[in-house]
Amino acid sequence: MLLAAPSFGISQPAVRALLALIVITMVMTVAVAYATWYERKIIARIQQRLGPTRTGPFGLVQPIADMLKLLVKEDLRPADADPVAWELAVFGIFVPAFLAVVAVPFTADWLVSSLPLSLLYLLAVSGLSFIGFLMAGWGSNSKYALLGGMRAAAQLISYEIPLILAMIGVVMVTRSADVYSIILFQDRVPLIVWQPLGFLIFLTASIAELERQPFDIPTGESEVAGGVFIEFSGIRWSMFQLTSYVNMYVFSLLGAFVFLGGWEWPFGRDVGWGYQLLLTSAKMSLFIVFYLWARATFPRLRVDQLMSYAWKVLIPFALVQIFLNGLFIVYDPPYVDAFLLVSSGLGAAALVTLVYQSVRVKPRLPLQMFSNTVEARSVV
Amino acid sequence: MVAEHEQGLDIVDMPINMGPQHPSTHGVFRMVLVISGEKVVDVTPHIGYMHRGGEKLMEAMDYRQGIGYADRTEYLAQFSAELGYCLAVEKLMGIEVPERAEYIRIILTELNRLSSHFMFMGAFGIDSGLFGTSFTYAFREREYIQDVFEEVSGDRLMYAYFRVGGLAWEVTDNFTQRVHEVLKKTQKGIKDLDDLLTKNEIFMARCQNIGAFTADRAIAYGLSGPLLRASGVNWDLRRDEPYSIYPRFTFQIPVGNYGDVYDRYLVRLEEMRQSVSIIEQALEKLPPEGPIVPEKMPRRLRTPPGEVYAKVESPRGEWGVYLVSKGGDKPYRLKMRSPSFCNLSALREMTVGQFLADAVMILGSMDIVLCDVDR
Repeated sequence: MLLAAPSFGISQPAVRALLALIVITMVMTVAVAYATWYERKIIARIQQRLGPTRTGPFGLVQPIADMLKLLVKEDLRPADADPVAWELAVFGIFVPAFLAVVAVPFTADWLVSSLPLSLLYLLAVSGLSFIGFLMAGWGSNSKYALLGGMRAAAQLISYEIPLILAMIGVVMVTRSADVYSIILFQDRVPLIVWQPLGFLIFLTASIAELERQPFDIPTGESEVAGGVFIEFSGIRWSMFQLTSYVNMYVFSLLGAFVFLGGWEWPFGRDVGWGYQLLLTSAKMSLFIVFYLWARATFPRLRVDQLMSYAWKVLIPFALVQIFLNGLFIVYDPPYVDAFLLVSSGLGAAALVTLVYQSVRVKPRLPLQMFSNTVEARSVV
Repeated sequence: MVAEHEQGLDIVDMPINMGPQHPSTHGVFRMVLVISGEKVVDVTPHIGYMHRGGEKLMEAMDYRQGIGYADRTEYLAQFSAELGYCLAVEKLMGIEVPERAEYIRIILTELNRLSSHFMFMGAFGIDSGLFGTSFTYAFREREYIQDVFEEVSGDRLMYAYFRVGGLAWEVTDNFTQRVHEVLKKTQKGIKDLDDLLTKNEIFMARCQNIGAFTADRAIAYGLSGPLLRASGVNWDLRRDEPYSIYPRFTFQIPVGNYGDVYDRYLVRLEEMRQSVSIIEQALEKLPPEGPIVPEKMPRRLRTPPGEVYAKVESPRGEWGVYLVSKGGDKPYRLKMRSPSFCNLSALREMTVGQFLADAVMILGSMDIVLCDVDR
C-alpha cells in the first residue's frame, strides 16, 4: 500500500488514485484473510484452545487454505431463488464495504481520495449494505434467510441512527465532517476524553452495524442457523465473510480516527508514515480485539431487546450528547474542555447505569435450599 | 395458518421447520414452529428419528446384555440408566448389593451427573448465543471426568460397568485419588462457568421470565428433575423415595421460585455443587476392601415371575424401568420411563407466545437426550 504514497513522485492524481485503489483492494483482501487467522487465534485462546496450528508456523497459512477451499467449493443456488436478487445480493453487500475504504486516511499522506465530507461519506456508504442483506434474504427463497434478512434490515437501520447521532456530536465539536480534519483536531487530546458518551454509543452501535456478538441476530447460528447466508456457498459465501471483515476494519479505523486521535495523537503529524501507520494499526487493533473479545464472551440479545436498546437507550443518549455539545457551541462557556468532559462523562455514567438497571429485570429470590435429612417435605 | 386483512395486505403466519438438522435442536429433533413475525404461535414437535425399538430389543436380551442397552438410551447419564436397570432386576431377584459396590456406584453416578450437567451448561451457553466459550469450558471438565470413567470401565461412552448385584470388576487402585483430583478441577470448572454466565446481564435478560411454568402445571405435565424443582416443587427421588445408599449422605436440594429458564440453569448449577459434596462424602466412607458382587451370584441370571418398577433421579429427572418377568433369563416386557420424553411434552405450552429465539432457549433448558426420548 505504500506504493501509492506520494513520496514516490507520481503526480497525476487520476493515476495515483487508480493505483491506490488497486493496492487497497489487494491489501484489504490480504488483511481480511489474516483477520480471520487473528480472530481464530484470539478466540481460541479465550476458549482454551490453540486455534489453527497445522498449516505453516502458528497456522499462518490457514487463511490461504481456507480461501482455496472456498474457491473450489460448489456454487449452489436454490432452485426457486430469485435469480436477480440472489446474484446481486453479494455485490450489494460487498461493494459498499470496499467503497468505504476509499475515504480512509491511513496516514497523513496516504489516502485514496480526499473528500471534504468524508465522515458523511463513510457513514452513508456503510449504511447501504442493508439493501444487500434484504436482497439476499428475499432472493434465497428460504424462510431462515428471510427471517435473517428482515432482522438485518431492521437492525442496521435502527443502529445507523445512534451511530450517526454520535458522529454528529463529534462534528459539532470539531466543526468539520472530514475525517482528516477531525484527526488534525485531536493533536492535544483524543476526542474520547471529550466525548465519552458519544464513544460508548459509537462502540455499541458499531458492533450492531457489524452484526457481531452480542448483536449477531441476523446470522444467529443457534436460532436462524446462518440467517441470510444460509443458502450461499463457496465463493459467494466467502465474499459475504470478506465483507464482514472489511466492515470490521472500516469501523475500527473510524473509531481509531474519530475517537482515539488516529495518527495525530500523541506524536503529531511530522513523525513519518511508518510511525503513523503503526499508530493507526495499533489503535485499530484495540477495536478489533474488543470486537473479538465481545464475540467470545457475550450471549446474543433477543430481537425485541435489541430494538428497545437502540430506540429507548442509545438514541435518547445520543441526543443528550448533541444537546450538551449544542450548549457549548451556543454559550461558549469559559472552561470548554472541562465542561465537555464533565457533562459527557456524566452522560456516559448515566448510560451505563441505565443499561445496568434496564437489563436487570428485577431483584429475584435466591434458590430455596432443602436439606435431604429433613423429614417433613412439602409437595406444593 | 391465520390470515388477517390489514389495508389490503395479507398477513400470514409463517410455518418454519426447525430440525432435524438445525444446530440447536440437541440431536435429531424436529419442531415445526408457526411464527407471526418473531413470535411463536404454535409448535408441533416431531420425534422418533432415533427410534430403534430399544424396549423390544431388551426383551430379546438377557439381563446382563440389557445393561449395555440402558447405556445406549441415556447416553449422557449412562450410569444413572445402568443403575436404574440394575435396581429393577435386583429388586425382582432380591439381591443385596455389597457395601463397596454401592459406594462406587454412587460415586460414578454422581460424577456422571456432573458430566451431564456440564454438557447442559456448554450447550445452553451456545443456545443463548455464546460463540462456544461455555462449550469449551464445559467440555474441558467433561474430559477429566470421562478419563476417570475410561480408566474404570474401559470405555468413554458406553460404560456397561454396573452389573446386576454389583460391579463388573474392581476399580483401579488409584481410583480414590483420581476422583479427588477430578473433583478439584471440577470445582474450578463450575466456578468458571458460573463466572462466565450467571451474572452476565445479557444472559440474565435472555433467560429470566422465559418459559415460566408454575408448580401445578409442572406436576400436571409429569415433569421431573431440575425442571420440576425449578418450578418450585420440592421433590427429589434421592431423598423422597430413596434408593441405593443415598440416605447416608447429607446434601441440599435446590428449588427454584419462578420456574423460568434462568431458574432451571441455577438449579442445575447448584446440583453440581451438591454432587461434588456427595462424592466427597462417599469417598470418605468408601470401604477400602470388600467384595463388589454378592458371594453367591448365579452364572446365568434368572428372575422369578413378577413385575417391578425401579426409578432413579437421573440428571434429567425420574428415569424408571418397569420390568415384567415370566421367569427365565429375559424380561417379558420392559418399559423405560424417560424424563426427556415426559419433559418434552411441555414444550408446546412453554413455547407458545414466546419469541423464536426463546424457543431455542426453552428447548435447551429442558436438556433432553433424543435417544432417551425415542429409545
